[in-house]
Amino acid sequence: MKANFKYNIFWLAVMIIGFVAIDACEFLGIINAFIENMLVTIGINIILATGLNLIIGFSGQFSLGHAGFMAIGAYATGIMTQTIATPLGFYLSMVVGIVIAMIAALIVGIPTLRLRGDYLAIATMGAAEIIRILINNLKITNGAAGLFNIPPLVTWATVYVLMCLTTIVTVNFIHSRNGRAIMSVREDEIAAEAMGINPTRWKLAAFVFGAGTAAIGGSLHAAYIQTIAPGDFNIMASIAILIIVVLGGVGSITGTFVAAIVLGALDTILQNFGTLRMIIYSLALILIMIFKPSGLLGNWELSFKRLGTHQRKEQSIHE
Amino acid sequence: MQTFGQQLINGLSLGSIYALLALGYTMVYGIIKLINFAHGDIYMLGAFWGYYVINQLHFNFIWAMLSAIVFCAILGVIIEYFAYRPLRHSPRITALITAIGVSFLLENGMTYLFTANTRSFPQVIKTVTYHLGGLRISNIQLLILGTACLLMLLLELIIKRTKMGRAMRAVSVDPEAAQLVGINLNHTISFTFALGSAMAGAAGVLIGLYYNSIDPLMGMTPGIKAFVAAVIGGIGSVPGASVGGFLIGLLETGVQAIGLSAYKDAVVYFVLIVILLVLPAGIFGKKTKEKV
Repeated sequence: MKANFKYNIFWLAVMIIGFVAIDACEFLGIINAFIENMLVTIGINIILATGLNLIIGFSGQFSLGHAGFMAIGAYATGIMTQTIATPLGFYLSMVVGIVIAMIAALIVGIPTLRLRGDYLAIATMGAAEIIRILINNLKITNGAAGLFNIPPLVTWATVYVLMCLTTIVTVNFIHSRNGRAIMSVREDEIAAEAMGINPTRWKLAAFVFGAGTAAIGGSLHAAYIQTIAPGDFNIMASIAILIIVVLGGVGSITGTFVAAIVLGALDTILQNFGTLRMIIYSLALILIMIFKPSGLLGNWELSFKRLGTHQRKEQSIHE
Repeated sequence: MQTFGQQLINGLSLGSIYALLALGYTMVYGIIKLINFAHGDIYMLGAFWGYYVINQLHFNFIWAMLSAIVFCAILGVIIEYFAYRPLRHSPRITALITAIGVSFLLENGMTYLFTANTRSFPQVIKTVTYHLGGLRISNIQLLILGTACLLMLLLELIIKRTKMGRAMRAVSVDPEAAQLVGINLNHTISFTFALGSAMAGAAGVLIGLYYNSIDPLMGMTPGIKAFVAAVIGGIGSVPGASVGGFLIGLLETGVQAIGLSAYKDAVVYFVLIVILLVLPAGIFGKKTKEKV
C-alpha cells in the first residue's frame, strides 16, 4: 500500500480530472439526460464487472451468479429507503446490502467453491436463481411485481465516486499480498497450497469481495432507476456482466473499463435501430470474440508504474 | 396413488423433452468442452420449422418431424463451422461467450422476422385421451415418450455400433491421439453437432404438439434446465443425460403437484447443487484422479 501510494495519488488525480470534465460538460449542456443515463449505466456496469473480474480473472473461479448478489443489494436499498428516504438511509441500506450479500456469498461459496470450472459456474448460476426465486415469492419484496417509487437518492456524481472507490479498493486488493495469494491459487492450486496458501480461503475471499461490489452496484441501480423487479436479476443479467468481463479481457481491469464504455456507447447508438439492435449487438459480440479471442485488451493493464519504470529504464540507457 | 401415477406420466413426458435436449449438450460438451448455449434456440428453430412446414406445405406429423430433424442437423453444422470452429484453440470462456452471442442472434433474429408473439402450433394429430384405471394419458404424451425413447435408442446404437460413433468416443477421450490414428477431427465434431441438433429439432416439434404454443424465446428456459439435467447426469455421459432429463422432469411435476409451483425452479437448482456436492462429476460422470 505504501509503495503504491504515489501511483494511487496519480490515479486519484486522473479521477478528479474525469469528475471535473463530466461536471463541466454537464454545466455547458453537452451532456443531456439521455447521455447522463448512459454514463450512469456504464458506471454501475464497471462496478459490477470489476467485482466479477476479480472472481473470474484473478482468482480463476468461473462464477455465473453475479446478478443474484446484485439483487440483494438492490432490494436492501429498495426496501430500506422507502422508510428512511434520506441520503444517510441510502448509505445505510448499501452497507446492509453489502453485509447480506457477503453472508450469502459465504453460504454459497463454502460448499460450491470446491467444484471446478463449468461445474462451479452452473452451481453459482443455480444459487443466484434460488436467490431470485426467493425474492420473487417473499412478501417484503412485493413478489414478481417488484418495488417502484424508490426515492431517487443517487446522482451521477454518487455513481462516479463509488465507481472510483470500488476500483481503487479492488486494484489495491489485487496488488497486495492477499491479491498475490489469490493469483497464485489461479495459476496452480497445488503449488500454492505447497507454499502455505490455503486455496479455499483465498478463493472464498475473492468470491465474497466480488459479491460485496455486486451489492454496491445493485444499490446504485435500485436508487437510480427507481424501479426493480426480480426479472431484472435473472441469468441474462449475470451473463451481461460476464460479457463485459470477457470482452474487455479476463484479468484486465483496464479492459473492463474499456468494454463497459464500448458496450454502453454501442447500446445507446443502437437505440435508434429498434428491433435490429440486438441482432447487431449479438453479431458484434460473435465477431469480436472470433477475431480477438482474448478480449479487447487481453490481460494488458494501463499502469503509471510501468510507464514510470519504462522512462527510468530509458534514462539509464541514455546515461 | 392415482395422483402419483398421473404426475409420473406427466413428469415422464416432460422429462423426455429435457432428456432429448440434454443429449445434445452432453455430446457437444464431451467432445469439445463447450457449453453450447445456443442449443435451446436450435430447439426453438425446430419448433418453428415444424410450424412452417405443417401450415404452409401441409406436411403430416412424420414428415414434419423428419424434416425438422434434417433442418436442425444442418443448422447445427453451420453454426459450428462459422462460430465455434475458429475458436477451437482459444480460451474456453471465449467460446462460451460466442455461444451466448449465437443464442442472442437466433433469438433476436427470429423475433425480428416473426415478431415476439406466441403462435399456436397446428394440431396435426388429434388429441385422444385414454383412461386407464383412473389415469389420463393422451396419445400425444405416448407419442412424446415413444419418440424420445426411440431416438435415444438410435443414438445409443450410433454411438456404440457405427464407425462414426467410435470416432466420436475416441475424440472425446483424447483429440490428439484420435487424430494420430486417422480420425478426421473436423468431420467428427460436425457430426456430433448434427446429431445433437437433430435431437433438439425433434424435441422442438414434440413440444409444439404438447404445449400447443411456440415463440422465439421458448428455448431459453428449457435450454438451461436441460443443461442442468446434463450436469446432474454427469456431463459427457449419454445415459447420464437421459436419466438427468427424466429426473428433472419428474422433480418439476412432483414439486408442482404438492402445491409449490412457485418454487419449482428453486428446487431443481437446489437438487443440482446438492448432487454436485455429493457427486462432483454428476451421477454417471467419470471420476478423474488428480495427479500431483
